[in-house]
Amino acid sequence: MKSLDELEKIRNKTLDNMSLRSKDKTMRIIVGMATCGIAAGAKPVMNSLLEELRRRNITNVSVTMTGCIGVCRLEPIVEVIDPSGLKVTYVKMTAEKAARVVAEHIVNGRICLDLTIGEAEKE
Amino acid sequence: MQIVRSHVLICGGTGCTSSNSPKVIEEFKVQLNLNKIQDEVKIVQTGCHGLCAEGPIVVIYPEGSMYTMVKVEDVKEIVDEHLIKGRIVKRLLAGDKDVQDFTKSLDNVEFFKKQHRIALRNCGVINPENIDEYIAYDGYKALGTVLTTMKPHDVIDTLKISGLRGRGGGGFPTGLKWEFAAKQKANQKYVCCNADEGDPGAFMDRSVLEGDPHSVIEAMAIAGYAIGSNQGFIYVRAEYPIAVKRLNIAIKQAEEYGMLGKNIFGTDFDFNLEIRLGAGAFVCGEETALMTSIEGFRGEPRPRPPFPAVKGLWQKPTILNNVETYANIPVIFLKGADWFAGIGTEKSKGTKVFAVGGKINNTGLVEVPMGTTLREIVYDIGGGIPGGKKFKAAQTGGPSGGCIPVSELDIPIDYDNLIKIGSMMGSGGLIVMDEDNCMVDIAKFFLEFTVDESCGKCPPCRIGTKRMLEILERITGGKGEESDIEKLELLAKNIKAAALCGLGQTAPNPVLSTLKYFRDEYDAHVKDKRCPAGVCKSMMHFIISAERCKTCGICAKNCPVDCIAGEKGVPYVIDQEKCIKCGVCMEKCPFKAIFKNA
Repeated sequence: MKSLDELEKIRNKTLDNMSLRSKDKTMRIIVGMATCGIAAGAKPVMNSLLEELRRRNITNVSVTMTGCIGVCRLEPIVEVIDPSGLKVTYVKMTAEKAARVVAEHIVNGRICLDLTIGEAEKE
Repeated sequence: MQIVRSHVLICGGTGCTSSNSPKVIEEFKVQLNLNKIQDEVKIVQTGCHGLCAEGPIVVIYPEGSMYTMVKVEDVKEIVDEHLIKGRIVKRLLAGDKDVQDFTKSLDNVEFFKKQHRIALRNCGVINPENIDEYIAYDGYKALGTVLTTMKPHDVIDTLKISGLRGRGGGGFPTGLKWEFAAKQKANQKYVCCNADEGDPGAFMDRSVLEGDPHSVIEAMAIAGYAIGSNQGFIYVRAEYPIAVKRLNIAIKQAEEYGMLGKNIFGTDFDFNLEIRLGAGAFVCGEETALMTSIEGFRGEPRPRPPFPAVKGLWQKPTILNNVETYANIPVIFLKGADWFAGIGTEKSKGTKVFAVGGKINNTGLVEVPMGTTLREIVYDIGGGIPGGKKFKAAQTGGPSGGCIPVSELDIPIDYDNLIKIGSMMGSGGLIVMDEDNCMVDIAKFFLEFTVDESCGKCPPCRIGTKRMLEILERITGGKGEESDIEKLELLAKNIKAAALCGLGQTAPNPVLSTLKYFRDEYDAHVKDKRCPAGVCKSMMHFIISAERCKTCGICAKNCPVDCIAGEKGVPYVIDQEKCIKCGVCMEKCPFKAIFKNA
């Protein structure tokens, strides 16, 4: 790194990628993979997401991980962000629920309301 | 044939017409022509959708977005945003208005509303294994700005103005610490990071390292520049394998990008960073013990002065800051010291992360401005206590801290207030206790921890805490004497005064603070041989109410030691001699006829 300009270039490029302004990605899936998430079973969830996307031949969805957001009791947490920036937070995920999210939300655009944080908080 | 990429369906039903849909149609035509897309987008006037109360209704395909209550003024936005740029105008979507109270994303959950995330700004937002994402969120911009536009003493002045204090527990002003080290003349200085998080229940440092490792690396490089050091060490416990892995990845990426190494940002500043793994001893979180451990020796503290800023690692001037402290630093340089100083209370600036646990609905990590009251944390953010039980106390500061009783719920939490009420900030563990917790038992738990973790170098801690624990075991075992409480107080006073390091000096705090606020519970144990919360087993017995007993025999069937006798028609009785106080009978009794008599 030689200058702030160089840093700014990386910043803008990554922001573009993250906000999906590029044409090839339509949705972003983020899985919480800190100790709390992994202990709660984030790895099978991640595998299930990748497997389900692969099986359906969906290549325009990016799947990445992130750290602890603070609500460890609701892990594993999966967030789906659509191109408009709308974020849906799914909580207490399992491999089966993850496959369902791919089928209903990613493929058919129907949010799985019963798996969202709002629903979990109502209990 | 003409190819149309979008259809705009506008309701021409009676309902929508009377709420002005013809004007909306006109406006769409105007806007489409204006943007010269009248050939790509087809306007269709439709019949009634049945949602007349929400009219005029506009549906755009292929997306199938349904906009409701569209006004003439909204049309331009829909055309510009949706039809030209492909971005759905969310504020006009049907669903968003209909299910306003439905929380789909965690951004609108109550838990986050009172929080102010500075140290945790990127945790749960970016991918910690991707330096580009950190940079996208303004990462390394602070380092670049500092190196290219600021002198080392400006850096220290900025920190002093910000009012940042050490988040590891003591709350020493970070700027002053750096200034002491910067003033030393030496051929080598060191920057260290304390990631040896040992308080039971605290895990904010782990979360930062796992979720945002680059923020710590960036801050340590800034520290190196400020004090004139080119070498840093992160001391992290080996029990945090994911944190260690992500730190390693982050350091490697930072080196590849030239954020670490030689001539950072084209200046003549060099900085290298290494990780040292700790074996998980609590004492290694104490600064002098930590440095001894980095040097490769057994982790034991040594007397201060000399302070590490004068003689630290390998006898060279050294600064040691906690992970959370570092995580705050890049933001201070991005947003300015005054911005940071504007958050918090007079003497405690910024925010504090708490690991909230125990008897509380929303366990987890919260970051709140200094000065937030315990009541806000427990009830507004934490969602209160499960089962409608009563709040009894909150323990902060782990084994070095104390219990805050219900009478202090409204005190604004900052460093000085916590010390005033006999606790301390510590690293930020916050354990909530309800009426079912015995405070003597809690004090015993923390003493057990300190006795286990005492390094054994100085007698007050090695022997004194052991004696205190023995007295507490006696009290909870129902064999306490009236003089025991005085003995506890005397021992506590002497250990505080005589122990070598901070851990020993604060080890009696859990006992002192529970004695201060819950003296009656100690008295009940000692004088009445009674545990008011019904926790201490030695003083507990289970009794079957002869009146309520329906003589079903379920309790006797479930008793693991066969100490319940009775028969059909004759109430069952527990043999107190044989009873092991497991409580299974009480749990299984379908008629709630068994009581815990404490």
